[in-house]
Amino acid sequence: MNLDLSIFNWALVQNFLLKGLWFSVTLTVVATLGGIFFGTLLALMRLSGKKWLDAPAAIYVNGMRSIPLVMVILWFFLLVPLLIGRPIGAEYSAFITFIAFEAAYFSEIMRAGIQSIPRGQVFAGQALGMSYKQNMTLVILPQAFRNMLPVLLTQTIILFQDTSLVYAIGAYDLLKGFDTAGKNLGRPIEMYLAAAVLYFIICYSLSYLVKRLHRKIAIIR
Amino acid sequence: MAMDWEVFCKDTVTGDVISGCFGHGRDYTYLNWIISAWGWTVAVSLTALAIALIVGSIIGVIRTLPDSPKLVRFGNAWVELFRNIPLLVQIFLWYFVVPALVPPAKNLPPFILVVFALGFFTSARIAEQVRAGIQALPKGQRYAGMALGFTTPQYYRYVILPMAYRIIIPPLTSESMNIFKNSSVAFAVSIPELTQYAMQVGEETARPIEAYLAVTVLYVISALVINRIMAVVEKRSRVPGFVASGTGGGH
Repeated sequence: MNLDLSIFNWALVQNFLLKGLWFSVTLTVVATLGGIFFGTLLALMRLSGKKWLDAPAAIYVNGMRSIPLVMVILWFFLLVPLLIGRPIGAEYSAFITFIAFEAAYFSEIMRAGIQSIPRGQVFAGQALGMSYKQNMTLVILPQAFRNMLPVLLTQTIILFQDTSLVYAIGAYDLLKGFDTAGKNLGRPIEMYLAAAVLYFIICYSLSYLVKRLHRKIAIIR
Repeated sequence: MAMDWEVFCKDTVTGDVISGCFGHGRDYTYLNWIISAWGWTVAVSLTALAIALIVGSIIGVIRTLPDSPKLVRFGNAWVELFRNIPLLVQIFLWYFVVPALVPPAKNLPPFILVVFALGFFTSARIAEQVRAGIQALPKGQRYAGMALGFTTPQYYRYVILPMAYRIIIPPLTSESMNIFKNSSVAFAVSIPELTQYAMQVGEETARPIEAYLAVTVLYVISALVINRIMAVVEKRSRVPGFVASGTGGGH
């Protein structure tokens, strides 16, 4: 079996890969930001101490975490069009799915982060006469975010890898780009190998950066 | 929207409703099919888990060996390699690329290739936990083993690993549950497991909600069963007076 490397050229990148890479990256960024936002809300609900807020959030988070991501992707692709009454593309469906799915995972990270802040900080804020909102936004969350930054970023790397699962609904992501190129050019072996190499380079460099950041934060703290 | 659960009683070929739902002999209902799909999911997951535990333990141990920088580097490279490539890409590699590059692998059934993909993928994560478990033990344990004249394999076998495994039971539990969830990715190479069933039956019967619901429930049940089994293992293997949280040692 000989590998044909001459097929790797700028035309290949332009025709098949750039579109997929762009989709994977935007999906990762949007799902991270949306996931952190809704995840923080879920975490606050779970830590509110009020049962009517805690219970639904717990059911949502544990439910999401016990279902395979592929099934979640399929569920949303099926249900969202039924709920809004018109079909949406695989791409939009993927955005909604990943925000909803990652919110559950990010909320667990946020919850651990908020709980890692000593109770004394909460009491100090209260003693200064801060409202719940002020206490959260000015005292607790900034410290929690900082403690959680390495874990949040690691989750983002996992999220980037997981975006490849939109294969199940046929959205055009980075892997689909390689897949399509492999089929069109008749060289699937080279394309899957190249996909593995590219994903590895991206994820390895990112996790290397996270490791360095982790060391930096650890020293200051 | 009305649910129609009778769909599971239908024959997969003729579409006739079979009385008793469970087809025998030549009748094969969607109920028969989902049970077989669940069997595939369990088979893929458990076999992959066995591979992941064995390979992950070996890699995790060699990453903590003293005085063998080459083995440690190999272990680290293994973990980075299998952790930084998406599972779906790894499954494609095993399914399409390995048979093309290694001719003897052409005769392997897809099941074996997928199990290796999932097993090696998970082995990297288990190796990381085994390493963390070993390093959570106080250094004195290792020295005590050496001082008693144990060889390196002996003090790993009799001193370090028994405690390290107890420490990492909680992360191993979640990893075992993850492997069931991750086995769903095998749909991409047409292993007839639950996710594949959901996609195919949903389309075939035009009853996707029922199919998805049944499959989702089976995934949740699988995860719960694993969770309970691991809880029993944790309870049975508990050493009185040893708090298995990593904070117990290292004074």
